[in-house]
Amino acid sequence: MYAVEVENISKSFEKVEALKNISFNVKSGSLFGFIGPDGAGKTTLFRILVTLLKQNTGTAKIQGLNNITDYKKIRSIVGYMPGKFSLYQDLSVEENLRFFATVFGTTVENNYHLIKDIYSQIEPFKTRLAGKLSGGMKQKLALSCAMIHKPEVLFLDEPTTGVDAVSRKEFWEMLKVLKNSGITILVSTPYMDEAELCDEVALIQDGKILKIETPQNIIGAYEKNLYAVKSTNMFKLIADLRSFEFSESVFPFGQFIHYTDKRDQINENDLINYLAQKDHKNIVLQKITPNIEDCFMSYLNK
Amino acid sequence: MQEETENIIYVRDLVKKFGNFVANDHLSFEVKKGEIFGFLGANGAGKTTTIRILCGLSSPTSGEIKVAGFDAFKETEKIKRNIGYMSQKFSLYEDLTVTENIRFYGGIYGISRKEIKVRTQILLEKLKFEEVKNTLIKDLPLGWRQKLAFSVAIFHQPKIVFLDEPTGGVDPITRRQFWEMIYEEAHNGMTIFVTTHYMDEAEYCDRISIMVEGKIAALDTPLNLMKEYETKNMEGVFLKLARNIE
Repeated sequence: MYAVEVENISKSFEKVEALKNISFNVKSGSLFGFIGPDGAGKTTLFRILVTLLKQNTGTAKIQGLNNITDYKKIRSIVGYMPGKFSLYQDLSVEENLRFFATVFGTTVENNYHLIKDIYSQIEPFKTRLAGKLSGGMKQKLALSCAMIHKPEVLFLDEPTTGVDAVSRKEFWEMLKVLKNSGITILVSTPYMDEAELCDEVALIQDGKILKIETPQNIIGAYEKNLYAVKSTNMFKLIADLRSFEFSESVFPFGQFIHYTDKRDQINENDLINYLAQKDHKNIVLQKITPNIEDCFMSYLNK
Repeated sequence: MQEETENIIYVRDLVKKFGNFVANDHLSFEVKKGEIFGFLGANGAGKTTTIRILCGLSSPTSGEIKVAGFDAFKETEKIKRNIGYMSQKFSLYEDLTVTENIRFYGGIYGISRKEIKVRTQILLEKLKFEEVKNTLIKDLPLGWRQKLAFSVAIFHQPKIVFLDEPTGGVDPITRRQFWEMIYEEAHNGMTIFVTTHYMDEAEYCDRISIMVEGKIAALDTPLNLMKEYETKNMEGVFLKLARNIE
């Protein structure tokens, strides 16, 4: 069973082709991630699926309902958390929640059990104006408001952008709990590490889907030998690795540089000797397993 | 020891209060010339307050603060002339072209027209932006805008540049090209003061401070912090420190 079925969707704004013939399916009850940078088309896609925009061509179904002809029914069964904070800043936490419950013809009391885990964390501040909340608290309130009418499919557009690492982690823990209650969740993010927490991931760039896979398979399909390299002069190390005759890709990665070689088999000592000749000290070279970000970059580079 | 190295930022017992709320609670730290200094903390920890003070935009309640040799109480105009600033939210005018933006910022910093022309040409060549020099900013891809925003922020060759979450939302390759630009400037002696939510970017910094509830909870090299908190990466350090408050 699929909760979301999308076939050949395209959408243009004047000259800009925001989505180019996109197709994918999302299994019921799964957590599906869209990973891609700003401008990739993630927001346009979400707005089409929650019936705020119409595609130019192609079809989209949510729980079997057509997004053009059945848009009213879809609106009552989806929850949507837009990328931009869209609650009423001049209403309190509690007033916002009540407002959204009422709009959907329900009450906070009816569905409180759905949001209890999340909402209880901000309940101590329920009289505070939404505009005065911290980033992490705004995000929890927005998720509560998107959930209060008991949606079957939840769309979260970059819920963790600009949010610190602690709140990001907590947010993903909340998503896991929601998923376990049977809700289908579509989430977009520019953070590659979050991809590893999804059941399936679509890598999206320039309005096209590059790949749809489980995170494990994306990593498993990485064919290159990947090395982490380090020395005392990292700035020079980048340049020197790039000028090495067999160098293929060189990317800084935290305290290491990730390096791939044009050859299938590489002699590690060759590379170490080369770097030593270039006056590098304390050289570390180790073969590593790629993460999602390595994989994404290798797709982008193709 | 690096005692001889110049302290380009010197902060002793910086306190900033808003009414009863203490946003910065006795902060003390130094940043050396040419250093990449990562200034981390959870949302609401007080980072923005500190940055505004160091940029001469807000007055501290008490403490001793010198930026590029100037006093943060009395010499804020001199501070502003000697620093650059870039944030993700505001950087360039979208309805001006690439060269118009450069000329505008150059003019604000009092660089002569002739000099602006010369430096603009050098910059366009370096960024490989000659073909888009008459393109409006809103028509440029986000990654290009950010590279330009950084270049414009340092167009007047400041001693220090403050980068407030400079890389949000860009693709991973562009993000890395951006950091290489930062590396290069630091290598040439510019001091970089940067905030970020990407913990891998924190590891690019020479030293990192982590702010928790208005105080500096940790300050060291990434490697030493990882050793001290017994984690493999900076995310681990950050989670251990920032989680403790709950």
